[in-house]
Amino acid sequence: MKNRTVLDAAEISRAISRIAHEVLESNKGADDLVVLGIPSRGVPLAVRLAEKIAAIEPGTDAAAITGSLDITMYRDDLRTRRLRSPAPTRIPAAGVDGRTVVLVDDVLFSGRTIRAALDALADLGRPSAVRLAVLVDRGHRSLPIRADHVGKNLPTAVDERVSVSVAEIDGEDAVTISSAEEE
Amino acid sequence: MRHLLSTADLAHDDAVDLLDVAEEMTQVAEREVKKIPVLRGRTVVNLFFEDSTRTRLSFEAAAKRLSADVINFSAKGSSVSKGESLQDTIQTLSAMGADAVVVRHSGSGTPQRMATSGWIDVPILNAGDGTHEHPTQALLDAFTLRRVLAGAPASGPAEGARGRDLSGATVAIVGDVLHSRVARSNVHLLTALGARVVLVGPPTLMPWGVDAWPAEVFYDLDEALAAHSFDAVMMLRVQLERMHQSFFPNPREYTRLWGLTEQRWRALPEHTAIMHPGPMNRGFEISAAAADSPRAVILDQVENGVAVRMAALYRLLIGTDSEGRP
Repeated sequence: MKNRTVLDAAEISRAISRIAHEVLESNKGADDLVVLGIPSRGVPLAVRLAEKIAAIEPGTDAAAITGSLDITMYRDDLRTRRLRSPAPTRIPAAGVDGRTVVLVDDVLFSGRTIRAALDALADLGRPSAVRLAVLVDRGHRSLPIRADHVGKNLPTAVDERVSVSVAEIDGEDAVTISSAEEE
Repeated sequence: MRHLLSTADLAHDDAVDLLDVAEEMTQVAEREVKKIPVLRGRTVVNLFFEDSTRTRLSFEAAAKRLSADVINFSAKGSSVSKGESLQDTIQTLSAMGADAVVVRHSGSGTPQRMATSGWIDVPILNAGDGTHEHPTQALLDAFTLRRVLAGAPASGPAEGARGRDLSGATVAIVGDVLHSRVARSNVHLLTALGARVVLVGPPTLMPWGVDAWPAEVFYDLDEALAAHSFDAVMMLRVQLERMHQSFFPNPREYTRLWGLTEQRWRALPEHTAIMHPGPMNRGFEISAAAADSPRAVILDQVENGVAVRMAALYRLLIGTDSEGRP
């Protein structure tokens, strides 16, 4: 195993700042924005993104627009995978109807998580638009899904592992690639 | 966990985990679409050999909120009345492709028999067997109690109870312990979760060997109420259908000595929750004043039953293939 750090804490912070600006630009401000993180590591990233957005757009209450969207019950591999416990889903009090929802996840890979998230979101209400922000896009999609905002595009081999650590859960911020045995 | 037959099979961490899943399930009822697709294409059979309103409806609602197909079977009006044996009934269900069977039967141990007989190879959920166990009732009682202890609303989606157990709580279970599967399941589960259980009832309605149970026993309700500051008092239904007027002299005496009368209810501490597994015999084991008071969480128990049963079905059916194997 070989570990290589591709993003450090400062780079992650800059990537989230850029995404915050992009989100505000495409949404033309922070009105009607809802930022939903996908557990587990999407949730702290969503909190940070909302805080950055609030810092740029005065008058935005970061806590009031942030939430989490658990997708455990919507996975397509529930029958075959080992049992998972669902994580909390927290939707801001104002709901998602007619609003622009920004889904936040750490790594975009096959796209199956996002497929499940879209199904979960449809059962909660009808957003006017759904955008996807990911810290890392590593390619190898198996579904026709793309991200609107990407922290870093990371060309990888299928057998490599991309792991995202966030301070809130893992004690540090880092994105690393570990490749299968070489040499 | 392959089957849910007895709360004695549930270890502390499994029970807390199941209650945490149920916390998530409470949210489903509040959403725009009150259904999640986890059991889509699966069939849950409700096999009721004994009368039931809330348990059967609750299991049916739980399975439907998980998108399962539900087949209801009640022994009345079926081939059971023509003398069909349990084995033949179960093998018929198996041949029809049931993915899980919820069973209620007046014979203690029937679910166990189904789970071990080889007649059917799917998860079995005990919805009450004779005077043995009623595990989902104990789970919903524990869920409700956990909410009460956390100071959270007793039902509906709420924060605060997740991850907790019942350590530090003292619960009285009052009445017909002998015939009560609810009491048996609760004694196992509540003590596994760290609560102290106190059983109160007439000596004729205490099971043989109750001294060996992990519970303190009182034969006088007023003595028990004076000895402890209870977090909850759970009144059991006097099961007139299982006894033949031979366990206590008359109903009025039972009410006077072991009923939660208005007077006893008024003397309870402010924080004591009133619980009852239903159906209530109003004016017999519980007075209307107690049952309708703000401290009663009896309807919350019913509401939580759906979430808890969803969690149980989820736990038993997810992560297994259509043959039910892990």
